[in-house]
Amino acid sequence: MTPVPPLLELIGITKRFPGVIANDGVNLELRRGEILALLGENGAGKSTLMSILYGLYRPDEGEIRLAGQPVQIGSPALALRMGIGLVPQHPVLVGRHTVAENLALGVGAAVMPAQRLEPRIRALALEYGLAVDPRARVSDLSPGEKQRVEILRALLRGAEVLILDEPTSVLTPQEAESLFGVMRGLRGAGKSLIFISHKLEEVLQICDTITVLRRGRVVGNLPVLGATKEGLAELMVGRSVNFERKRVSPVCDMPLLEVTDLSAKSARGLPALRDLSFTLHRGEVLGVAGVAGNGQSELIEVLAGLRPSTGRVMLNGRKLEGGAAQRFKAGVAHIPEDRIQMGIVPTMSVAENLTLREYGAAPLANGFWKDANAIDQNAQGAVKTFDIATPSIHTQARLLSGGNIQKVILARELAGNPKLILAVHPTYGLDIGATDSVHRTLLERTTRGAGVLLVSEDLEELMSLSDSIAVLYHGSLHGPFPVNSVTKQQIGLMMTGANFEPVGAA
Amino acid sequence: MRFTPLLNPSRWRTLQVSSLAVIVALLIVGIVFALSGVNPLTAYWEMLRGTLLDSRGLAEVARRMIPLLLIGAGLTLAFRAQFFNIGAEGQLLFGAMAAGAVALFLPITPLTLPLMFAAGALAGGGLALLAAWLRQRFAVNEILSTLMLNYGAFYLMLYLIGGPWKGKNVRGFMYSDEFAAGAQLPMIPNTLVHYPTLVLAILLAIALQILLTRTTLGFELRVVGENSSAAKYAGLKTSSIVTIMALITGGLAGLAGVGEVAGIHHRLLEPGQISLGYGFTAVIVAWLARGNPGLTLLTAPLMAVILAGGDVLKISLNLPFRIVDVFSGVMLLCLIASEIFITNKLVWSRAVKPTGSGGAS
Repeated sequence: MTPVPPLLELIGITKRFPGVIANDGVNLELRRGEILALLGENGAGKSTLMSILYGLYRPDEGEIRLAGQPVQIGSPALALRMGIGLVPQHPVLVGRHTVAENLALGVGAAVMPAQRLEPRIRALALEYGLAVDPRARVSDLSPGEKQRVEILRALLRGAEVLILDEPTSVLTPQEAESLFGVMRGLRGAGKSLIFISHKLEEVLQICDTITVLRRGRVVGNLPVLGATKEGLAELMVGRSVNFERKRVSPVCDMPLLEVTDLSAKSARGLPALRDLSFTLHRGEVLGVAGVAGNGQSELIEVLAGLRPSTGRVMLNGRKLEGGAAQRFKAGVAHIPEDRIQMGIVPTMSVAENLTLREYGAAPLANGFWKDANAIDQNAQGAVKTFDIATPSIHTQARLLSGGNIQKVILARELAGNPKLILAVHPTYGLDIGATDSVHRTLLERTTRGAGVLLVSEDLEELMSLSDSIAVLYHGSLHGPFPVNSVTKQQIGLMMTGANFEPVGAA
Repeated sequence: MRFTPLLNPSRWRTLQVSSLAVIVALLIVGIVFALSGVNPLTAYWEMLRGTLLDSRGLAEVARRMIPLLLIGAGLTLAFRAQFFNIGAEGQLLFGAMAAGAVALFLPITPLTLPLMFAAGALAGGGLALLAAWLRQRFAVNEILSTLMLNYGAFYLMLYLIGGPWKGKNVRGFMYSDEFAAGAQLPMIPNTLVHYPTLVLAILLAIALQILLTRTTLGFELRVVGENSSAAKYAGLKTSSIVTIMALITGGLAGLAGVGEVAGIHHRLLEPGQISLGYGFTAVIVAWLARGNPGLTLLTAPLMAVILAGGDVLKISLNLPFRIVDVFSGVMLLCLIASEIFITNKLVWSRAVKPTGSGGAS
């Protein structure tokens, strides 16, 4: 008897784009009832490989075998027919329609498609623990529920292989846990899953085997047993990565930022911040957790001088007031949420973007006149200090990678040795290497006495960088708590509104 | 056949594509010539001969270039700041009216002409500022407001020359009185080229280019235009920047109006005869210059040739003068349509390859 061939096999897949080899002789094996992690940094070729598998691209070389038979996957429709389903990172659903109506698209009967699909939806939902009401309107669902709808869609089409593209990036820890439960159920039922992620903890927690891509090549293919976070990170990045972030020096006791009874309204005029009070000390990283839309953006905007507020904000014992420019001068740096839409002018050069804050003052300007030499010198200095990879300082900023754009912003914001650094999702979408350098830069500033207010949806990041953590829920602040007095699960619960007093918090 | 985006189109490509667009426009207008029974080659030859190859024609080109250069240079600045001022016609008329007020109702002194220019710039700038204020305060689209204000300016002027400012010695005509000699601009003899305005226009186009590229105000203007949220984030005073920009763009149109009445007509008359559509044609001048005020020194003469050429066609080939509007319209259309070819490359391939945005991600 010959051994059972793997359910899905990629052999020597190569895909070239002008100037890049996105996949270079990639081999991959997926067995029935297995969860395979596909790990890799941004640009490693994960998405290209999955697009090939889902019929969006055709490989230039190589072969795809399904249950031992070579196949050509020419389109997503064909992929679905062959039992390959994709759960996209951001759900593609019609918000105004119900769950059943969304799912009936493409598979429903001609007459009353949604209603006739409901029993099947309920049965599948029950089987795999994908609790979702078929009659609920999609716009009312949480991100986790929308994702379940996408999984249901793939299952309805008879998917045997499910590709999950960074599924936890939009979920709270609790939702992620419940997703893992679903994934285990699917594996138990004999489905095969490909889990794309760059969160190493999750990969180690849920997967059976791991395939690591780097620059389009497979650099590692290993069982999860015996794999370590450090080892995987090294495979991904190509050099060793130190996850130790904690500083030795204790946070000093001098208050830097004192916020009292701070309230503000959202852009729609609804209360977004309700009587916030907290203190941030010199050299401290205060992490602010919360599900997006609970007031994080407003808090940062208020402190950065972009949104009116009531209440009292003191920086170093002095009242912090005025607009964005005035506050920057007072020592408030702002690493904005949307680095491309807000943090840079994409069509302007790197050098010009580096002057966005102080273009009008010496040495960058001489009164009314810009000093081109000083601007270039400033840019060359920043490129060197912050190791910005750019073809030239006169390259348009939009042509840089996300990590390098963030470095441009950091270089500009940190140039004047700010006292307070407001950092919002500073590593969102960055690969491990760039994330590492952003983290190091921020921590290095705290050793010089700066305070960091860090807003992030990545709890791992918050827990590893912060000295204390607070949770924003519906505009109210819980905490801050010393970071070692709370667990990730407790933070997750507070993010969903549960009241909680950590034991050690006094 | 499909478009693939070019990451970093060169300036050379912009020039190539723009020139090609102008050529395509000439071909299309050639068809229009043919349809109206004129050999396109004859028409173009007549245009060329009657403008650039003839001293009187050349003077006519220069005369038309003055308002186009002034308005066009100002518009490049506005377009750079993403303020789509389509109201240069009205701003020109406001400038003309202000100049008329100074010339007709203030004592004539050696300062009269400078005062006319100053008043005209303020009036034109003020009208543009009204649109800018409406946009900032009530989010009124400036394309609509500036366009509508053209009508306001037009009828205000009609009212003035038919009513309170109607000349005492003009009988039934709708004119103001003729300006006193001290309120008339000198001209190159035997032409309509009021050279002080021409010199002013050239200097201003150069000055705006320097302003845009070498000064902090130019930098602010570009930031506001190219990413307004970054401007807000960095704490730029957007409203004062837009105010200055509106004053400049409207002010230059106002100056053009002063030049027309003080240099050519020497009185206020029916507004359509003063503005002659310069405000709209200048949009093409600015568009062709791709936001570089300095480049209007090339694009303004080009459009001036077409305008003056229209006159030639009317006289020598008996074509309707409106052929000039066809020309401008086709030209603008081709230029706008050509935008996509600057940022994209056309790939001819028959194989139905799936089109991805390319690159690994």
